[in-house]
Amino acid sequence: MFAKETLQRIEADNKKWQELFQESVSKAPERLERFSTVSDRLVKNLYTPLDTKDLDYAQDIGFPGQYPYTRGVQPSMYRGRLWTMRMFAGLGSARDTNRRFHLLVNEGQTGLSVAFDMPTLMGYDTDSPKSRGECGRCGVAIDTLKDMEILFEGLPIERITTSMTINPPAAVLWAMYIVMAEKRGISRRVIGGTIQNDMLKEFIAQKTFMCPPKPSMRIIADTVEFGTKEVPRWNPISISGYHIREAGSTAVQELAFTLADGIAYVEAALERGLDVDSFAPRLSFFFNSHLDFFEEIAKFRAAKRMWARIMKERFQAKDQRSMWLRFHTQTAGCSLTAQQPYNNVIRTALEALAAVLGGTQSLHTNSLDEVLALPTEEAATIALRTQQIIAEESGVAHTIDPLGGSFYVERLTKDMEEEAFEYIRKIDEMGGMVAAIEKNYPQMEIADAAYNYQKQIDSREKTVVGVNKYITEEELPVETLQIEAELEEKQIQWTNQLKNSRDSRKTKEALEKLGEAAQGDDNLMYPILKAVKEYATEQEICDVFRDVFGIYRDPGVY
Amino acid sequence: MNQKRKIRVLVAKPGLDGHDRGARIIARAYRDGGFEVVYSGLHQTPEEIVQAAIQEDVDMIGLSSLAGAHMYLFPRVVELLKEKGADDIMVCGGGIFPEEDIPQLKKAGIKEIFTPGTPLAEAVKWVKENVEPRT
Amino acid sequence: MSIADKIIAGEIRAVARLIRDIDDMVPEAREVLKDLYPFTGRAYIVGITGAPGVGKSTLVDQMVTHLRKAEKTVGVLAVDPTSPFSGGAILGDRVRMQRHSMDEGVFIRSMATRGYFGGLTQSTKSAIDVLDAMGKDYILVETVGVGQDEIDIVRSADTTLIVLIPGMGDDIQALKAGILEVGDIFVINKADREGADRTISDLRLMIEMDEKRYENGWKPPILTAQAVFDKGIREILDEVEKHATYLRSSTERQSGIKYEKVRNELAEMIKDKVVHDILSDLIQSGEFEEAVQLVLQRKLDPYTACDNIISKRLKRGTK
Ligand code: B12
Ligand SMILES: Nc1nc2c(ncn2[C@@H]2O[C@H](COP(=O)(O)OP(=O)(O)OP(=O)(O)O)[C@@H](O)[C@H]2O)c(=O)[nH]1
Ligand SMILES: [Mg+2]
Repeated sequence: MFAKETLQRIEADNKKWQELFQESVSKAPERLERFSTVSDRLVKNLYTPLDTKDLDYAQDIGFPGQYPYTRGVQPSMYRGRLWTMRMFAGLGSARDTNRRFHLLVNEGQTGLSVAFDMPTLMGYDTDSPKSRGECGRCGVAIDTLKDMEILFEGLPIERITTSMTINPPAAVLWAMYIVMAEKRGISRRVIGGTIQNDMLKEFIAQKTFMCPPKPSMRIIADTVEFGTKEVPRWNPISISGYHIREAGSTAVQELAFTLADGIAYVEAALERGLDVDSFAPRLSFFFNSHLDFFEEIAKFRAAKRMWARIMKERFQAKDQRSMWLRFHTQTAGCSLTAQQPYNNVIRTALEALAAVLGGTQSLHTNSLDEVLALPTEEAATIALRTQQIIAEESGVAHTIDPLGGSFYVERLTKDMEEEAFEYIRKIDEMGGMVAAIEKNYPQMEIADAAYNYQKQIDSREKTVVGVNKYITEEELPVETLQIEAELEEKQIQWTNQLKNSRDSRKTKEALEKLGEAAQGDDNLMYPILKAVKEYATEQEICDVFRDVFGIYRDPGVY
Repeated sequence: MNQKRKIRVLVAKPGLDGHDRGARIIARAYRDGGFEVVYSGLHQTPEEIVQAAIQEDVDMIGLSSLAGAHMYLFPRVVELLKEKGADDIMVCGGGIFPEEDIPQLKKAGIKEIFTPGTPLAEAVKWVKENVEPRT
Repeated sequence: MSIADKIIAGEIRAVARLIRDIDDMVPEAREVLKDLYPFTGRAYIVGITGAPGVGKSTLVDQMVTHLRKAEKTVGVLAVDPTSPFSGGAILGDRVRMQRHSMDEGVFIRSMATRGYFGGLTQSTKSAIDVLDAMGKDYILVETVGVGQDEIDIVRSADTTLIVLIPGMGDDIQALKAGILEVGDIFVINKADREGADRTISDLRLMIEMDEKRYENGWKPPILTAQAVFDKGIREILDEVEKHATYLRSSTERQSGIKYEKVRNELAEMIKDKVVHDILSDLIQSGEFEEAVQLVLQRKLDPYTACDNIISKRLKRGTK
């Protein structure tokens, strides 16, 4: 980006400066033996134009809204519209969570995001023996369409979008949402939102399991196809790096494995005979924002550029929107501490800032009580306020990609891109992501990184304030959220009541139809919608899948 | 050869909880601490955990739970061990627990509870100090 | 009830603890093994060996399912390596078989090599005897993921399965000397992957080249399997059955094999016992430490130190 002569001059000057630096540290040694990022990447003492020598402004950086979209996927970015403030929420019963949603919307949240409880995430009803003790503890308990109706009571779903963190049973919960909306007179062509529906990262990181990889890919391809035709404002997959990172990966692994998952989904849809530009614009992404400020910003910028290149060069997409990597971000839960929980507000603020400087389209900020329990109302409100302060007080959203051109950030962006492409090449060689997962390759890479990081904390090579440095003896200073113990019994009774009042012959028929479709090749969304309408429970539907497709068990790699 | 007995541990994930980062790190730390570690994998019922512990003849079961169902799952493991006459197998737990649950879990027979931020060395040391391999 | 009685009655806890005692070299365990010996010799023992990650545990898991369907009881011993640095181990085979943990007819035990080479543990043979005495019809022994020299399993197993995967072409050449000679059945697992046909033909070629060896004996069949998808398992068990019939078909052969087994077993046992007894005695008496110090201070070379100790010991032993 600089003229040759300029670079030559800088090179000479840089040499001199390095000598100066060495002289200075020979007197007073450097503070650390190694300067490295959270992901253990070494950082140099200074970055200069010499570090961006290999970059071409037009080809590698460009302008917002222009290929390769490093500086943003929309031309106006936050000058036009701020990111969507979307707080992940779910607790107890549908009623409890509905109350929380109303609170968050009243406080200025601009999108909804549902956290389900463990049985719902795994495709079991509350009354399954496997669900004992779990009801409502990690999110909202949904057994049937009825619960979904209550969950969204009074919320303006015709104009506010909803994201649902749900994977193996994503098709079922989505069907419930569609039917719920239609019962309220809102067409499926109007509703907007996202289902996570990303099974590959489940096998890699989040581990809500149901069926083996191959049939899982079929169900996902069905939803993509259905969405493309019938629910045009919905993102049928949110290709997620968040969980990969939280399971302990490095930033580059998060980047690489997420995009490799994306490649696998595109290939699966292409195999269906879909045209790339018909579905690719609706693929969305979900990343983590961890504590290493610049590394995270570089990761987001690299992700945008890499996806654009992949879509254009590998898949020959023509439509610009197919090349856009639109992404949601969540701050890093695993960076927060149980000790001195108020410090978490500061950590989250830094992480949120990185996500904004990285150009996220939507954002969840974790609460200060993240390590203790599901967030209280107060804690969630502070987390939302953190976003509002960044958006409306700090001024960082006034100009687009303010760190573009930083020698350090551009170098990092480029390095991370190259390293991530190297991983993708390796995965391609293995036969793609499904094959790599069967070899436990990404799982082991992540487990190694997680252990390495933990040992660095133990040895104090990495500081965690309040945990391995600046420790104080303290009483827990915050109140935590409680889930009532009687909820489980109540929910079981409630669902039983509903089961007794539905037309059981019709429910049974609908489930049988679904079984037939699963054995054949028809798109499963239609029979699922039918079954949901007849108030089949989530587990009744998922049991059909388990019967036909088999059950996936944890390979337990360590 | 007067070889000392090896400590054997089962690291287990009860219930539907899929948070295994901590459990797998602990399993590695135990290995590096010189123990023989059996890892149960995810989504185990208390019954399956107890059967595995007995067949593997472990000295301790380390339960890991972050998803809040510990008040049912942990005491159930202790109860089943008793039923099988295997309550000499010690049970400890790690993960996320509301403060007020901890005394109750201990009363139910969970020997020790480890919460977030526990250094790996401490988890290993505790086993060395508290788990007597059978004589 | 004595421990031996409990084991013969199939008491799981007693079985589990005895195996532990054997592993930990508790002297009393030997006495129990003596009592159990009359009750052994009934189980059919299948060894499963092959390189790391070829799918041995998955295969064992599926074999258990099929054997259970046929109403056979099954014992599984699964061996994983001990870390040479810490002496610890993560025993990862069980995870693949954990779905059988609630089945009373199945007993699964993970074992660590504890520095023992050969693909098994020093205690495996005795652990097999325990499961045999407890009444298991089949005992499946999964070795550590092994190279070509670590094939102790053939001495303990009636039938040895060698598991390979597609695309091991070059490795097969290397296998020739070691594993190839000891396999009773070859299984190409992960046949869902490319290259299975090639691996089969390479392997077949190699076996044919050695035609003479199999002239009037058992010619190892080559099977394909997809363990994760439960494919090819029935066929493997059929071949195991055929091999068992073959072994039984000639009393001459059978007694020859048995003779070899007892011979090997006894030789190993004497070796282990001599080493164990002498060494622990030396440690206890302080002689060992003394010798270590002498060598450490370079007052003595280790060869002389060793010779001194041994000659002194053996003399005393014959007194
Ligand atoms: C990482 C993480 C995830 C990752 C998990 C990746 C993985 N494969 O493990 C992802 C992103 C996938 C995830 C998903 C979910 N998560 Co989560 N997650 C976390 C988070 C941020 C960190 C946990 C962690 O791994 N820490 C690092 C490890 C090393 O620490 P650790 O597990 O605590 O282990 C240490 C000690 O506890 C102890 N220890 C632990 N186990 C054992 C065992 C023994 C024997 C011993 C001696 C010690 C010991 O030693 C370890 C070392 O110090 C916590 C909050 C937090 N910061 O703790 C939430 C948290 C656990 N998650 C939560 C929830 C709700 C979920 C979801 C249900 C959300 C949803 N509705 O969709 C899903 C469910 C996923 C599933 N399948 O179960 C809640 C649980 C609420 C509760 N208990 O009341 C938490 C508390 C966050 C919150 N406040 O909402 N999560
Ligand atoms: N594609 C494919 N994968 C398989 C097959 N059988 C097993 N695997 C997978 O291969 C991996 C290793 O399987 P294991 O059964 O643990 O292999 P192992 O030989 O016991 O491994 P070690 O005990 O570590 O030596 C697992 O991820 C299995 O799911 C198969 O037939 N096809
Ligand atoms: Mg194995």
